Amino acid sequence: MDNHNETEGRLKTTGAASLAELHATKEYILPDEHMKHPVAVIECIEAIPCNPCETACPVHAITVGSEITNLPVIDIETCTGCGLCVAACPGLAIYLKQKEYAKGLSFIAFPFEYVPLPEAGQVIDMVDRHGRVVCKGTVIKVATIKKFNRTAIIHATYPVEQYEQVVNMQRLARD
Amino acid sequence: MMERDIVVIGSGPAGLCAAIEAAEAGAKVLLVDENAKPGGQLFKQIHKFFGSREHSAGVRGIDIGTLLLKKAEDLNIEVWLNTEACGIFDQDKVWVVRDKSKSMTIHAKRIILATGANENVVNFPGWTLPGVMGAGAAQTMINIHRVLPGKKILMIGSGNVGVIVSYQLLQAGAEVKAVVEAAPQLGGYGVHTAKVRRAGVPFYTGHTVLEARGTDHVESAVIVQLDASWKPIAGTEFELDVDTICIAAGLTPAVELAFGAGCRSVNSPVLGGLVPWHDQRMCTSIPSIYIAGDVSGVEEASTAMEEGRMAGLSAADSLGYLEESRYKARFEAINHNLLALRSGMFGQKRRDAKEAIMAASKG
Repeated sequence: MDNHNETEGRLKTTGAASLAELHATKEYILPDEHMKHPVAVIECIEAIPCNPCETACPVHAITVGSEITNLPVIDIETCTGCGLCVAACPGLAIYLKQKEYAKGLSFIAFPFEYVPLPEAGQVIDMVDRHGRVVCKGTVIKVATIKKFNRTAIIHATYPVEQYEQVVNMQRLARD
Repeated sequence: MMERDIVVIGSGPAGLCAAIEAAEAGAKVLLVDENAKPGGQLFKQIHKFFGSREHSAGVRGIDIGTLLLKKAEDLNIEVWLNTEACGIFDQDKVWVVRDKSKSMTIHAKRIILATGANENVVNFPGWTLPGVMGAGAAQTMINIHRVLPGKKILMIGSGNVGVIVSYQLLQAGAEVKAVVEAAPQLGGYGVHTAKVRRAGVPFYTGHTVLEARGTDHVESAVIVQLDASWKPIAGTEFELDVDTICIAAGLTPAVELAFGAGCRSVNSPVLGGLVPWHDQRMCTSIPSIYIAGDVSGVEEASTAMEEGRMAGLSAADSLGYLEESRYKARFEAINHNLLALRSGMFGQKRRDAKEAIMAASKG
């Protein structure tokens, strides 16, 4: 059986949402090249009772509402890209992205809860939703402030061609 | 005979919250647990919890455990560890054995059972080999004892326990070779499966484990595809190179004390099988016995905590510790929190199952 086919893959069979499934929801908003700074992208497409993204947002750019099973809706015009929601999301389902961060390079800031952590300047393997390595990336910063509650946020750049595919990095080998 | 207002049995999320709520109302509470440390499963939960702020969402289970223990200590709640509750007699007497040596009986005006649940077993040829274990056991090894159960793991079951423990095994440094799910669809939250999938772990729906191979420990596992009637399809078998097989096939409420005491039972397949009948106040068919958490139907730690608060509140109220207005306000707040957790595509089914238990005859 082909468990790795992106086009046939579905959240409830492969474990990861396909792009078709994401595009079918109005909550998944991938910012285009007009956005001049990173903003939050939310991949939360099941109605589960959860709203820390909404309460974490200092500028009220994310709305869940009084029914906490509502899907979070982000206003990317209001989002400042501070990243507090990235660490607050218990599902690790939020990252920041900017399509044209530098010439030919996109930006991502994703949650990471494995050791060892990468270091600034390190070249890492960027992975898609199925854990496949799709390109190299370069770490800009590893944010581990107390407010993130032991979830590190890794800032990295990677080729713009893989803008939508990349969601995280491959775990680093332990010593 | 020693007497206490309320004896809470089990100091996991439900029991701790029950003891705290009742003590805050002014009741004299004794909390007993058979383990050497309080907290139940909370200290294994290193992930951030779902829910809203009222449910401590975004806080890791282990930190919620620390906060609850501090609160219990501040309230001077009496805690007996290494204390096994062996039986309940005359509806209000709890027989316990302390430190495996001292047998005694306590008169409890009210009893709150927060005994939790036990992991289900799946048996297959080779299942008694060392290396086959419950997912909860693997989680205890990595998160409490900091020992890897193995290096190459096969997870059986894709419910939230299966996928969360898979993620934590990856965090602990193991390789998870596959998550196998007999049903045609994955069971756990998509956000959990997604983070395991993007770590490169394959999910096999409509598959099960056929056998574990090895002489004195697991050396491999044979996986097979299932047809629509869940029968293995010959010729689809394949072997996975694993040294550990974790079983996450659901939980069964630990109902022995409740049923031994004579509490009426109700069958709730969605919530784990036979559970004690109970009402919204978490009171069983025996007016002096309350229940909370997985023993009343398997859900999550967040619901267990709210049910514990409800049981503690109700038991204290039945002893006259609360002004009516305060009782009502707390009841409404806790009930609101419970309903919020029992909504949405996963929660509604549990809410319906809970309501069916409460609607069943009290007997």
